[in-house]
Amino acid sequence: MSDWTREEMMTVAAARQLWDGCVCFVGIGLPSAACNLARLTHAPDVVLIYESGTLGTRPDVLPLSIGDGELADTAACVIPLPEVFSYLLQAGRVDVGFLGAAQVDRYGNLNSTVIGPYDAPRTRLPGAGGATEIAAHARQTFVMLKATPRSLVAQLDFCTSAGFLAGNGARARTTMRGAGPQTVITDYGVLKPLPETDELHLSALFNGVTVDEARAATGWPLKVAESVDTLTPPTPIELETLRALHARTREAHRRPVRLPA
Amino acid sequence: MTSKVRTLGDAIATHVRDGACVALEGFTHLIPFAAGHEIIRQGRRNLHLVRMTPDLIYDQMIGMGCASKLTFSWGGNPGVGSLHRLRDAVEHQWPAPLALDEHTHAGVAAAYSAGAAGLPFATLRGYLGTDLPSVNPRIRSVDCPFTGERLAAVPALNPDVTILHAQRADRRGNVSMHGIVGAQREAAFAARALIVTVEEIVDELPPAMNGIVLPHWIVSAVAQCRGGAYPSYVHDHYARDNGFYQRWDTIARERDGFLAWMNRHVLASRDHAAFLASLQEVA
Repeated sequence: MSDWTREEMMTVAAARQLWDGCVCFVGIGLPSAACNLARLTHAPDVVLIYESGTLGTRPDVLPLSIGDGELADTAACVIPLPEVFSYLLQAGRVDVGFLGAAQVDRYGNLNSTVIGPYDAPRTRLPGAGGATEIAAHARQTFVMLKATPRSLVAQLDFCTSAGFLAGNGARARTTMRGAGPQTVITDYGVLKPLPETDELHLSALFNGVTVDEARAATGWPLKVAESVDTLTPPTPIELETLRALHARTREAHRRPVRLPA
Repeated sequence: MTSKVRTLGDAIATHVRDGACVALEGFTHLIPFAAGHEIIRQGRRNLHLVRMTPDLIYDQMIGMGCASKLTFSWGGNPGVGSLHRLRDAVEHQWPAPLALDEHTHAGVAAAYSAGAAGLPFATLRGYLGTDLPSVNPRIRSVDCPFTGERLAAVPALNPDVTILHAQRADRRGNVSMHGIVGAQREAAFAARALIVTVEEIVDELPPAMNGIVLPHWIVSAVAQCRGGAYPSYVHDHYARDNGFYQRWDTIARERDGFLAWMNRHVLASRDHAAFLASLQEVA
């Protein structure tokens, strides 16, 4: 009966978390869609930083890579990459960082490096990129991933990016300045850390999804808030804006590139 | 005036030796594909490759057996998925074992910056809470002598050769680039030798008060190479071929298909112009 997809709801749920004027470190894929949806709807003055060095980026179509020309063309300015990581991120000048991962555990620690042992991997993943330091230094992070018992796991194969470490205040005792993963957006709903233990618990569900479904998609015994919110489905404006953005993107990526002569 | 202009073949033959530490930089933009292909054609072996994002060019060089070690921080096909040749080398040692020196973007950027500044190592508030230091002994720590804060330390990166692509250079070897510039300036100043391929060589560069210009005395050779960054891109010259990056996922997935493609388009082409022409024949 719903006329939106789970992926669209993930994107909309992430976009709604951003506020106007917030300085946001964007990742490729769903985060990039969410950040630009926010910019095109309720947060026109959100500042989008892509790690390739584009600040105040306002792309008309979503980039395939983190450094497409579209990003440079629509940025307020382009700075060298070492400055992005040192002057902006490490120095604490980013409000929100978006992260994805192949695995997340109950304390929001993330693996994007390897499945299986590091020295003899079953699946070699791309690795850290900017994630480790985004996880440490952004004032807070939002994590987006599709939930299965293989992605929401009891034990990571490798910790690429720190969430709340072993929980119970472990992160607060480190030199990490950022507050860590405050929101995990899955394709069934939203997890948030509990105040004392830092353990992620179910805080909100997408419309039409049950708690049992959320539990089945989670590889640890999922704690559930006393009252679980139901997220408002995407509004017509949110859906129309997001679909138009994706349509523009598909068309732009189909356009043949003229080989340099 | 001494001219730094060389052919790409001569520049690679002179500066890139078997076993060298080589950094082909360019963050999505300005990736020196033509130079990487020339290294493959010249059959270099046992290279220590350095790049923040190995991208398709290192997938090709690793799959063709040029490398024995990789320093990197993110090894995927951006927005598409895996680098299948990199994965095959790490997971199955094909065509040869590949030692990994794995970092984060912030770590590699800091290591290039230290290398450019002639310092032995870089410090950063990095690698916090991750397993990376447990698998990479080159990620260590140092205590701040003023505050006592424990910071991450990584050794400076000083490649034997850094290779870049840029919009233009003059004959003396001054190089100008604009758009997304990644860590190219740091990788250039960190290198013992620097080769730059460019879209055009001009008599004189326009003054660039705050633009990025690599000064001629750090540049070993410039080679004109139109389209030298394709299928990545050159701002104000040509766009990134996102369709090619998506097709690469299929081309590189299996060993046979990969080798056939490399033979047909890279090894059978005498230079980059012939490589680009061979792609037109397909289309």
